[in-house]
Amino acid sequence: MATLKLSGVNKRYPNGAHAVRGVDMDIAEGDLIVFVGPSGCGKSTLLRMIAGLESITEGEIAIDGGRINETSPSDRDVAMVFQNYALYPHMTVFRNMAYGLINRGIPKDEVRQQVEKTSKLLRIEEFLDRKPAQLSGGQRQRVAMGRAIVRNPKIFLFDEPLSNLDAKLRVRMRIEIKRLQRELGVTSVYVTHDQVEAMTLADRLAVINEGRVEQMGSPMELYNDPKTLFVASFIGSPQINLMEARATSEGLRAAGALLPGFDGLPQDVPLMLGVRPEHLGERADGPIEISVDLIEKLGADSMVYGAVQNMEADEPKEICVRSEEVVKHQIGDKVKLWFDTDRAMVFREDTGERLI
Amino acid sequence: MTSITWRTVSTHLILIAGTLFMGLPVWIAFMSSTHTAETLFRDGLQFWPGGHFFDTYSAVLFESGGVMKSVTGSRMLFNSMVLGVGFAVGKVVISIMAAYAIVYFRFRLAVPLFWIIFMTLLLPLEVRIVPSYEVVSGLGLLNTYTGLILPLIASATGTFFFRQFFRSIPEELLEAAQLDNAGPIRFLIDILVPLSKTMIAAILIIMFVVGWNQYLWPLLMTTQEDHFTIVIGIKQIYQVLSEGGELPQYQKAFALVMLATLPPVLIVLIFQNWFVKGLVESEK
Repeated sequence: MATLKLSGVNKRYPNGAHAVRGVDMDIAEGDLIVFVGPSGCGKSTLLRMIAGLESITEGEIAIDGGRINETSPSDRDVAMVFQNYALYPHMTVFRNMAYGLINRGIPKDEVRQQVEKTSKLLRIEEFLDRKPAQLSGGQRQRVAMGRAIVRNPKIFLFDEPLSNLDAKLRVRMRIEIKRLQRELGVTSVYVTHDQVEAMTLADRLAVINEGRVEQMGSPMELYNDPKTLFVASFIGSPQINLMEARATSEGLRAAGALLPGFDGLPQDVPLMLGVRPEHLGERADGPIEISVDLIEKLGADSMVYGAVQNMEADEPKEICVRSEEVVKHQIGDKVKLWFDTDRAMVFREDTGERLI
Repeated sequence: MTSITWRTVSTHLILIAGTLFMGLPVWIAFMSSTHTAETLFRDGLQFWPGGHFFDTYSAVLFESGGVMKSVTGSRMLFNSMVLGVGFAVGKVVISIMAAYAIVYFRFRLAVPLFWIIFMTLLLPLEVRIVPSYEVVSGLGLLNTYTGLILPLIASATGTFFFRQFFRSIPEELLEAAQLDNAGPIRFLIDILVPLSKTMIAAILIIMFVVGWNQYLWPLLMTTQEDHFTIVIGIKQIYQVLSEGGELPQYQKAFALVMLATLPPVLIVLIFQNWFVKGLVESEK
């Protein structure tokens, strides 16, 4: 168990690419932090810098207060679960898990004991004599986790460990990872591009975009109170509805309507109005009108998609309404929508900064 | 049985003809080696077994002066074995180490160096034989096993094969090994070598046969009989055996040819499975 501190961490590649830009972060003991962001945003690079597989161009990474920039990966006492598991194909499951321990000069009896204990925890004890090729995807995933856990490291690093599994197994393994992490209480960093995975797993979430941490906080904090346009659009499924908007002296002009109740917004700058699908509701005198073009009935609730008139562009903007009632509309119906001004967000379109 | 068509008959006929064409000379050599020198001299080549198999072969294998002036056939077989094994093992070891350095160590000249190694394919031993001889004789290695093997074991082809293979191994394995506290040597021994097992076996077999069949270099290198390989023995036997106005001992020459052919054939037959596996599939 350990704390992890990143201060001013930068990564520049020799070809000039600036993959990680000034990341500061404090991770408390036993926390599960999830790095989430689109592919190529630098989240994996950051994780690999913590592991020691990439060098740190600028800044400092410290575990338990001690700088580890120059420490070799094996001496950092971190364990990593790779996306493709990276199990040694010619070794049995037992050898795969024991390899790191043996290389650290731990006596044979103790190695056997540790491996057996860990394999029980992960329910893979009957596979110890098999080779990775003889295991299913989920079992391989467990072995990869076992290899990390058995070493009893200070920090776990997960690099998109579930992306090679099918959807059903992914949900199950997600729960299992969460349970294990709780039980073992080891500080963990988890990288994913899947925001649902991120939301369900994380104690705290760091949304990363173009090498920068856009915002860090608990999943609900990020969902309810995003600081930037990027975070608002990245977190939440289905996505937040974003409509181009302009502030005028009478109110906010957006989606073909004039919306009162937004004060103090700068005029002359392009704005974005953001409303989550569940905050939109039907009302006969609602200001926004959509024409329904798709209805998804998911059982407990339904998603109604419809086009709304956009600001200046010719193309209509598609917005989504989440409804918990039975939807009686047909495709092509015109529906008037309403939302609570307090729950709407307004961003600057150019800088992404949140204004309201 | 309508399934036996004209087509199958004709393909089999062609195959049988090919087999006869390849096998018959070997058969004639083997049969002739079981006759006496007189029979061969009087009646020419023999197609059926004679009664002197043990006489000829024991003379060739074990008697000093039975085949060369002093060295025995078994000694020459042993020399060939040393050359074949040393050649194959040396090539594999050197190629693995060269490929390992080129693929896994980030040094500036890795790519040009690889192409320089690759370009040595254009300079086979036959082209550089005089300077090689000069170097080896300067080092005082003439008529030694070291001198016989060492100049031959650098291998561009082997390096190329292993380089291609190493590059196909996922990089995460290296990273996982780094986190597992395995240094460069551990990684090579514990992970790369076991993964390239079938590949190593295939290259060992090919190289053993190539080494066994080396002719020009051993011919130049070995001036003393006790370092002759069996292939050189075949070349020398005519000179030795027809000296002094006696009957030429052709049956002994044929016996020596048979003995020289046998080990490579056996090796390929026994390790055929490994050999095919190494060339066709990769265990990953």
